[in-house]
Amino acid sequence: MTVVIGFEGSANKIGVGIVRDGVVLSNPRRTYITPPGQGFLPSETAKHHRGVILTVLKEALQQAGLKPADIDCVAYTKGPGMGAPLVTTALVARTVSQLWGKPLLGVNHCIGHIEMGRLVTRANNPTVLVIALQDIREERLDRARVRICDKLSRKNLVKLRAKIREISPCFCKPFKTIIVPINYHQNGRHSSGGKLPRTGSNPARVIKISNDPSPGYNIEQMAKRGKQYVELPYTVKGMDVSFSGILSYIEEAAHKMLGSRQCTAEDLCFSLQETLFAMLVEITERAMAHCNSQEVLIVGGVGCNLRLQEMMGTMCKERGARLFATDESFCIDNGAMIAQAGWEMFRAGHVTELPDSWITQRFRTDEVEVTWRD
Amino acid sequence: MAVEKTNNHVLHFLRSAELLKQGAEARVYRGEFLGKPTVVKERFPKLYRHPTLDEKLTHRRTVQEVRSILRCRKAGISVPVVYFVDYTSHCIFLEDIVGSVTVRDYINSAHTSEAKNLEVVARKIGEILAKMHDEDLVHGDLTTSNMLMKRGPGCGEADLLLIDFGLSYISALPEDKGVDLYVLEKAFLSTHPNTEALFETLLKSYSASSKKSQTVIKKLDEVRLRGRKRSMVG
Repeated sequence: MTVVIGFEGSANKIGVGIVRDGVVLSNPRRTYITPPGQGFLPSETAKHHRGVILTVLKEALQQAGLKPADIDCVAYTKGPGMGAPLVTTALVARTVSQLWGKPLLGVNHCIGHIEMGRLVTRANNPTVLVIALQDIREERLDRARVRICDKLSRKNLVKLRAKIREISPCFCKPFKTIIVPINYHQNGRHSSGGKLPRTGSNPARVIKISNDPSPGYNIEQMAKRGKQYVELPYTVKGMDVSFSGILSYIEEAAHKMLGSRQCTAEDLCFSLQETLFAMLVEITERAMAHCNSQEVLIVGGVGCNLRLQEMMGTMCKERGARLFATDESFCIDNGAMIAQAGWEMFRAGHVTELPDSWITQRFRTDEVEVTWRD
Repeated sequence: MAVEKTNNHVLHFLRSAELLKQGAEARVYRGEFLGKPTVVKERFPKLYRHPTLDEKLTHRRTVQEVRSILRCRKAGISVPVVYFVDYTSHCIFLEDIVGSVTVRDYINSAHTSEAKNLEVVARKIGEILAKMHDEDLVHGDLTTSNMLMKRGPGCGEADLLLIDFGLSYISALPEDKGVDLYVLEKAFLSTHPNTEALFETLLKSYSASSKKSQTVIKKLDEVRLRGRKRSMVG
């Protein structure tokens, strides 16, 4: 039996989860919630995490009914994510690892999502749609390509045959992060890159949607009341999507349209969802056709949006494929996903030595050598 | 009434045709149209998206595909002939390239001993893309599955055709053409392992054939850099 504790704190959630051989023993978390129309700042988020992380850790151990001595490995999110929150989380992980005398393990956040998704759904070899904030910030410059991870396997021919077919990153965790400095298809204008979402405007902020429990959730609720379909820019290039057109459109047109009562905020949310998700489903379908894949797994915060699941489900049905979607307890960032990925890695012999236990804001999924799959 | 009639005819035709495959966007059928071997590409309604959006996208792409094919033919680029288009059921009737294989299958089935042949193919791809880009046509979805190889009569030289223009558009910007090549590069290298040298040949031939290649290749390098992850320095 291998018991792994996972620390996740790459964004505004702080979570600690304990996993024992594929069973999630505990998975408490806290979310840093900011006022409507505002994003979370790294330093303030880190402050929040510092304030609650020990409580969450205690909860995790209590709920699991375990003592530190029962833990075999301490996993933490190495990246990608916001610097300050990552540092906070890593610091606590390092400390307990030394206190308890247990090995330490840095985990890629996206791999955490994928492994958790595989654990919950038992999907074996799916096309993975990763939709999360960090991913898009991390990979904004290299977006939405399909990485056929057989390519990964070429690096390490012997052991490594990760068969994740992943489409990443597309659009992000609840809409708060349609941060679109991303679009490399466009000249200049949107190539600013690197800004944290605070400065990037986004629809949730334009329409002033509450961050409690998450803007994405509230957009979903508002979208349910929307009726009128407002046409928004739709850009799919091969297996690539572009959101920048939508962002500027919403920025420029939303105020006017809302002001002149041509449409309501609900209509906008509705249209936004319809358009964005249609793009996501379309590129997923393209990826499936390209790889002859018959399974789709959605992970990441937006993965719990029911409308996205519904659309993806319809697409799968039309192709005779299967959809796997996890529920929100695992879609949203949590400690158990880091523990689960850590569990797989630890069993494959990975350990992070103390001098190497740093964090990184940029950490691409395909940098990870996947040695734990055959 | 007339519309309904064609529609019925089309549906009738599709029913008797053989379904080849279901791609991401469309179903592809094979049959005979006016005595000619024909491939029908049917963009069927996608139930997952909003009907308004679906209708718009499907229509736009059908129109674009036909337009681009015509533009190619006018420029002397090999593409299948369009026999008939039905804009109500969004079906395009295209010439069936008998005896063709996709470049993807061709490369995958080729043996290492046939490296010479592959180089010829790569050069041909470069040439045809250069010609297409010189016409300011951007394909939008270049992969090796979207190129067909047709053996000439006897053992003559094989012909190369481009297909699947649904995402194509007209643009003179080097940026768009650069991204077009970048999309191909990614698809090429991930579909065919260890073909970096082959793709290099392709690009060289592209540069040699296109009049405006210099700026495009420069853009391609830029896009590649944008695409690569910068390590965490600063």
